[in-house]
Amino acid sequence: MSGERSVTARSVNAVAASHLASRARWQPLEIAFWVAALATVFLLPGRHLILTEIAILALFALSLDLILGYAGILSLGHAAFFGFGAYAAGLLAKHEIVNEPVLALLLSGMAAMVLGFVTSFLVLRGSDLTRLMVTLGVSLVLREIANRYSDLTGGADGLQGVIMKPVLGQFRFDMFGHTAYYYSLAVLFVLFVLARRIVHSPFGLSLRSVKGNPSRATAIGISVDTRLVAIYTIAAGYAGVAGALLAQTTAFASLDGFSFDRSADLLLVLIIGGAGYLYGGLIGAIIFKFMQDWLSALTPQYWPFWIGLLLVIIVLVGRERITSWTDPIRRVVGRLDWRSALRRASASPAEGN
Amino acid sequence: MPVVLETIGLEVRFGGIVATNDVSLRVEKGARHALIGPNGAGKTTLINLLTGMLRPSSGSILLDGENITDLSPHKRVRLGISRTFQINQLFGDLTPLETIGLAISERRGSGGDWWRVVGSRPDVIAEIVEILEQFRLADVMGERTVTLPYGKQRLLEIALAIACRPRVLLLDEPAAGVPEDERHEILATIAALPADVTVLLIEHDMDIVFSFADRISVLVNGELFVEGAPEEIARDPRVKAVYLGEALDA
Repeated sequence: MSGERSVTARSVNAVAASHLASRARWQPLEIAFWVAALATVFLLPGRHLILTEIAILALFALSLDLILGYAGILSLGHAAFFGFGAYAAGLLAKHEIVNEPVLALLLSGMAAMVLGFVTSFLVLRGSDLTRLMVTLGVSLVLREIANRYSDLTGGADGLQGVIMKPVLGQFRFDMFGHTAYYYSLAVLFVLFVLARRIVHSPFGLSLRSVKGNPSRATAIGISVDTRLVAIYTIAAGYAGVAGALLAQTTAFASLDGFSFDRSADLLLVLIIGGAGYLYGGLIGAIIFKFMQDWLSALTPQYWPFWIGLLLVIIVLVGRERITSWTDPIRRVVGRLDWRSALRRASASPAEGN
Repeated sequence: MPVVLETIGLEVRFGGIVATNDVSLRVEKGARHALIGPNGAGKTTLINLLTGMLRPSSGSILLDGENITDLSPHKRVRLGISRTFQINQLFGDLTPLETIGLAISERRGSGGDWWRVVGSRPDVIAEIVEILEQFRLADVMGERTVTLPYGKQRLLEIALAIACRPRVLLLDEPAAGVPEDERHEILATIAALPADVTVLLIEHDMDIVFSFADRISVLVNGELFVEGAPEEIARDPRVKAVYLGEALDA
């Protein structure tokens, strides 16, 4: 009898473990996504320049998704970290402090993390509107600091004379952007896998609880502030790496990295793709960049009109939740329907005794 | 019995209103202590003070003789004070498994692990399942919380507080809003709480209070009005006047 009981207990535990881990399992559609991304390396060699831009924007949007989609922190100044990372990478290369791009990329990301950590305390308190204003303020302040110290940053002309050394000492950046694309895509993939790991960890789960109900999260012993500081710092590092990638692949950094437009476009990208399931930033970046590319070829001056129109349509379709049009994608990626079915199938025998 | 939770001259003001006025309460270890009083007497305010969601204007709170007045809410949970809410405060998008897992991981100090996938620690899973079975939530463990019936959500609300393994459990109207035929499940669960857990219960339903409590404090207008064993409170004409009479008439 007791033996039977322990067998049942073990199987219930196994079902529970499988449920808990189910969100973290790789779905076929996800694998297809990355295979397609890899295929572009071989199949679209002529498009590697724009694909590099997409990969960088996708990484930047992934960074915003980590704080907006998983911790509910709305930012209109995320370019602060992007610009900071871009200058860090640009300066490291220009002054030949660190010649190897991958190492310089890591250092730039860490520099942005330090900035993120310091400024994270500003976003702990307050409503969405306060956070919007504070993050916007930080990016404006940084831009003007960069402008003021033009001896270091090149001011309005940007950082000139950056010469990039080969990646890992082997792969030279070429004028067709092939190396730049392999490099950017590889960085995006590695950081995506890391982000995926983070959001499916106990830490990531606690972030979702903080986003969903901060007062209850506190009431079960979670230090809400610590978690928000941690994810804001991590996201700042991601944004810094994205900025550094842009600086490295273009051998240039400018005040534009800090611009309000960049932060606002980023929010748009994440709204197009949908926040809170990691692929939103990636899909949004693809749609945004190709629309921009296609529309600006069609109507060079007026392409923002179409982006604006798309935004209005998305909002009208989504009503209360502006990204609800992405729900079908989320369902497939998040396997929500599957999980319920699996549960019913496996829970009923355990219930029977 | 030793006193586990104590307040000394606790006071809190909102603008000109004194919501809690000079409350000195002693709760003994293992007690089933009920806090009753008319609406607006400051019962929930007192719970908010004990859990640190509100800071007192003056006075202090002691847990096992140690002053915790200035401790942040999440640290009090780690010291062993947990609570339920009058209105469910749950994570709608998460499943009961994930919800209970949060509290258990946090208590075991692994809630901030970012390199492990959720569900990879067998000890945590065993404990989650144990609690879910105890609260008869095992059959819905993989459902999103918002989709659960109200009674199940109410059980999860209590299970979540228990998952913190409290020494002192503060129950704010645990049966509130639960239909009559589902109440016994909630009450049975509360009655079955481990004897060494000290329980402070806020409740309007006098049947629940008198069947559960071995000590009752009456709060009126933010002040501790009278305190005693259930029989004394039931007999006390002053209590009848300010509270029971009003409640029985209703």
